[in-house]
Amino acid sequence: MSGLLTIENLDISFSVFAGEVKAVRGVSFRLDKGETLAIVGESGSGKSVTVKSIMRLLPNNAKINSGSILLDGEDLLRQNERETLKVRGQRIGMIFQDPMTALDPTMNIGDQVMESLLLHKRISRREAGKKALELLELVGITTAGKRMRHFPHQFSGGQRQRIVIAIALICSPEIIIADEPTTALDVTVQAQILELLKEIQKQLATAVIFITHDLGVVANIADRVAVMYAGKIVEIGKVDEILLNSRHPYTWGLLSAMPSHNADEKRIYTIPGTPPDMLCPPQGDAFYPRNKYALKIDTLRMPPFFQVSPTHQAATWLLAPGAPEVTPPAEIIAGRELFRERARNAR
Amino acid sequence: MKNFSRHLIKKVGIMLLTLWLIITCTFFLIHSLPGSPYVNQEKLTPAQLEILNRQAGLDKPLPEQYLIYFKNLARGDFGTSFQFKNQPVTKLLLNRVGPSVQLGFQAILTGTVMGVILGMISAMRQNTWVDSIVTIIAILGRSIPNFVFAVILQYLFAVKLSIFPIALWGKFSYTILPTITLAMAPMANSARFIRTEMVEVLNSDYIELARSKGLSHWQIACRHGLRNSLIPLITLLGPMAVSLMTGSLVVENIYAVPGIGEQFVKSIITNDYPTIMAITILYSAMLIIILFVVDLLYGLVDPRIRVTGGERLAA
Repeated sequence: MSGLLTIENLDISFSVFAGEVKAVRGVSFRLDKGETLAIVGESGSGKSVTVKSIMRLLPNNAKINSGSILLDGEDLLRQNERETLKVRGQRIGMIFQDPMTALDPTMNIGDQVMESLLLHKRISRREAGKKALELLELVGITTAGKRMRHFPHQFSGGQRQRIVIAIALICSPEIIIADEPTTALDVTVQAQILELLKEIQKQLATAVIFITHDLGVVANIADRVAVMYAGKIVEIGKVDEILLNSRHPYTWGLLSAMPSHNADEKRIYTIPGTPPDMLCPPQGDAFYPRNKYALKIDTLRMPPFFQVSPTHQAATWLLAPGAPEVTPPAEIIAGRELFRERARNAR
Repeated sequence: MKNFSRHLIKKVGIMLLTLWLIITCTFFLIHSLPGSPYVNQEKLTPAQLEILNRQAGLDKPLPEQYLIYFKNLARGDFGTSFQFKNQPVTKLLLNRVGPSVQLGFQAILTGTVMGVILGMISAMRQNTWVDSIVTIIAILGRSIPNFVFAVILQYLFAVKLSIFPIALWGKFSYTILPTITLAMAPMANSARFIRTEMVEVLNSDYIELARSKGLSHWQIACRHGLRNSLIPLITLLGPMAVSLMTGSLVVENIYAVPGIGEQFVKSIITNDYPTIMAITILYSAMLIIILFVVDLLYGLVDPRIRVTGGERLAA
């Protein structure tokens, strides 16, 4: 089955003064119509670079060394400038991390929301205004008619993020890329924005790529999850498979680092060590220096993907035939119980 | 609206105070200049001098002269020029304001518009040869004094190519050379300024969002980049207007423009006190008003700086 968006073997590096930073090293995944794929990983794991390359929004010093990004069978990386501009905003919309800086301070929000509609569709200003108004109401801007003429500084952070979402949605794109859309917001607003995104996705059946480093958010919103580390996807599967049956030690680390609400732990678990220097990534598994389950082969060869289920893959030598049997840490097992319980309660 | 009118009253008060300080300083400074208003003093007898001084009111002690000057000023009387006998200064200057204002306006308009365009191109083509050429133009424009420019332009376009007259006033085409001369500095300044500002603006988040909408580079630069880069340029408009005015003193002389600048230079050379005073007051008032307008312009370009008159917005 071919999805709406298929990324294959994407490899991106940045040339900097010190050399080549290998930001994305052979990433492949698929996004189906209407589904939400969460990409999880710590800062510098290449998740933002990966999605920005879909929009061709990478900075000038970035180089796409190989790979393809197929949208409905058409390779976005082989498009010329004009074709790229047609995809941006019209077929793929983007939601940014920081709503405080993402809006033009000198343009009223009505114009900002309408802008891409007027650009891509043959539509009168009045029609566009009507559509923008409807959409602003949909994303929860009250008295939107009056507020269309207001400027960004007259809105709160949460409202601005709603406006940014409206901007991404105005052309009814097939895919929305949300790059940590809740990171810069405070917790109560975070929950509202997540609810809104879920709601909208259900209504408009848009596919969403959701970047985050918060697995709590993932449980809430995603259909599938890809875990990235050091420019590679290390584990990918359905949300239940990642939360309840994860196989990669890095995923275990991320799950353990999630603060739980009811546990009376004194301190929050952190993954020891730091991510590798991507100027010269290690030869074997990039995670082995921080991995207490590392095998000798991890230092020598990169692990391939091992199939856990038809929908679940993980790149760790622990899954190789003949590898030692490893049980995940106790808190992971306890955490899984918690997720199961929550899932049961939600039903 | 209450906030705004209070803001306005305070502004006007400060403007008047500034003007008074300028008048006072200038008055005492010009009277301490060496020399007298008389062209051939050595040929005058002491008795003749005394009569002339009494006629012009120069025989009284300086503080008294100052008070008399202010009394006349309050009635709108700028005094009588020494140089042109029996000509009131007001009448003398009114005929000369037109050309100066026209030139100044033309120069600042062409200068900033050209500068903004050059700066924008420069920022869009950052670190290419286009950028380098604009940088060189800007450096030349800033560092070459405008009287040198005036002479170069005269040589090229009047002497060699004979397109324009060397120094003449009367037709619009005659204003082109002086306008270009005067426009060089504002052009260079704003080009540098817009480039720096634009480079920074183009790296901001809202520009990336604009890119994600599918706008092309130039659409982004015009719709989102320019306006945001213009805000700091407005600050520069004030000082640029000042340098234009002072610059025009010499340039008007070179091109024989019958403007205030030419009159100013003549009046200083001949110690024509009432004329010097009147022109200083005129320049200062113009400058103060320009700065005030610049202040208002800010709010026009940047909605965040608008004095809203206390309008509260629901959060």
